[in-house]
Amino acid sequence: MLTKRIIPCLDIKNNRVVKGVRFSNLRDCGNPVERAMLYQQQGADEIVILDVAATIEDRRARHETVAEIRAALSIPLTVGGGVASMADARELLTAGADKVSLNTAAVLTPDLINDVAQQFGRQCTVVAIDAVRSEAGWNLATHSGRKRTDINAVAWAQRVVERGAGEILLTSWDRDGSNSGYDLDLIEAIARAVSVPVIASGGAATPNDMVRAFEAGADAVLAASMFHDDVYTVQKVKSELQANGCEVRI
Amino acid sequence: MNQRIYIVDTGIANLASVQAAVNRLGMTPRLTRDADVVDRCSRLILPGVGSFDAGMRSLRDCDLEVALRSRIERNLPTLAICLGMQMLCRESEESPKARGLGVIDGAITLFQSPRVPQLGWNFISSEPTGFFDPGYAYFANSYRLTAAPAGWETACTDYAGPFIAALRRGNIVACQFHPEISGDFGMSFLRKWSALTLQEGQPC
Repeated sequence: MLTKRIIPCLDIKNNRVVKGVRFSNLRDCGNPVERAMLYQQQGADEIVILDVAATIEDRRARHETVAEIRAALSIPLTVGGGVASMADARELLTAGADKVSLNTAAVLTPDLINDVAQQFGRQCTVVAIDAVRSEAGWNLATHSGRKRTDINAVAWAQRVVERGAGEILLTSWDRDGSNSGYDLDLIEAIARAVSVPVIASGGAATPNDMVRAFEAGADAVLAASMFHDDVYTVQKVKSELQANGCEVRI
Repeated sequence: MNQRIYIVDTGIANLASVQAAVNRLGMTPRLTRDADVVDRCSRLILPGVGSFDAGMRSLRDCDLEVALRSRIERNLPTLAICLGMQMLCRESEESPKARGLGVIDGAITLFQSPRVPQLGWNFISSEPTGFFDPGYAYFANSYRLTAAPAGWETACTDYAGPFIAALRRGNIVACQFHPEISGDFGMSFLRKWSALTLQEGQPC
């Protein structure tokens, strides 16, 4: 049986792991390679790296970071943040990513989803959705949460899957860094609307939050603060999940 | 020992991960599109992600089909990963017009699951005394082989029904999962394959 995945997420700026609240007020959380290896040792199922700055200088540094992590890491690596073209996607895959995550560029140029999926396969094509609660459900945020759109997040999720997304990385902007648990309604709405795996992100503080995310339909859960702050190890999280009846890889 | 392992450069695979894994084995990865090398080298990995049609096209464009069939016929150590394994089969539902290499007598079909692709770690079970060890391996696939082909040792797993996780016949090993990103399980799998003895052919 396919297990539920626990995925530590490294937000990276200037070659350091950072974490904020609702994408702002970033604090330093260490060296990316050291963190990735620590989480692998603890039993992480994948690592996600999101480049939150993504200027041109940062991108060059990012390729080096990705290559350095790849050399040591023997579990899957997804890289996102500022992926704006096929060339960007190819460079990251060449540097050592197994999957690329598209976000803002997918909204601005939806054909990029089709292109990446056709060239590298659906299983390699992750679309990240940053969702903000609105009166009518959830709308998309882009540009690391700085810009709001009036695009409905559920409808968008269906469109990206039609275009070739093989996985959705679903972040609740409202819950990001808040330690108040995942947005379960959001997970349920998206997981029901699409046929590809959904990674829930934003708000995790305890293993129980993860149990509830899986119950709401998530196939994997992403967490940052709870691991970076050494509140929980991946190991500890997994044994609690197992005790709660979730099938995990131990 | 710093033995070379050649990796078929189909241009569409997660080559960096495969190369990194070979490095961690303590061996030297070399990419190749040369039919002679593919035909004769002592150890070859055929990786692959993406669609069946695109994968077969890239093999044809580099004129590698005959070389691959020939080395497999001669039992030269070969490891086919994910799409690589599917390309060894006869055909795939993914690209009905494309022909596979036909080394494995099987047809690849789409998962009948509400969640496709299968992404994540699945448990592999195998015969107790066989080549394959049980354990969790990482899968990323929408299509799979369900029927065990005659003459091959198999390892199985389940995703909306049982399917073939890996196959072995002599020095030829094919796996639907990705050993290069399957942690310690994947590394020990790769080490086992790389330790299979050469029975004929010359290293290049």
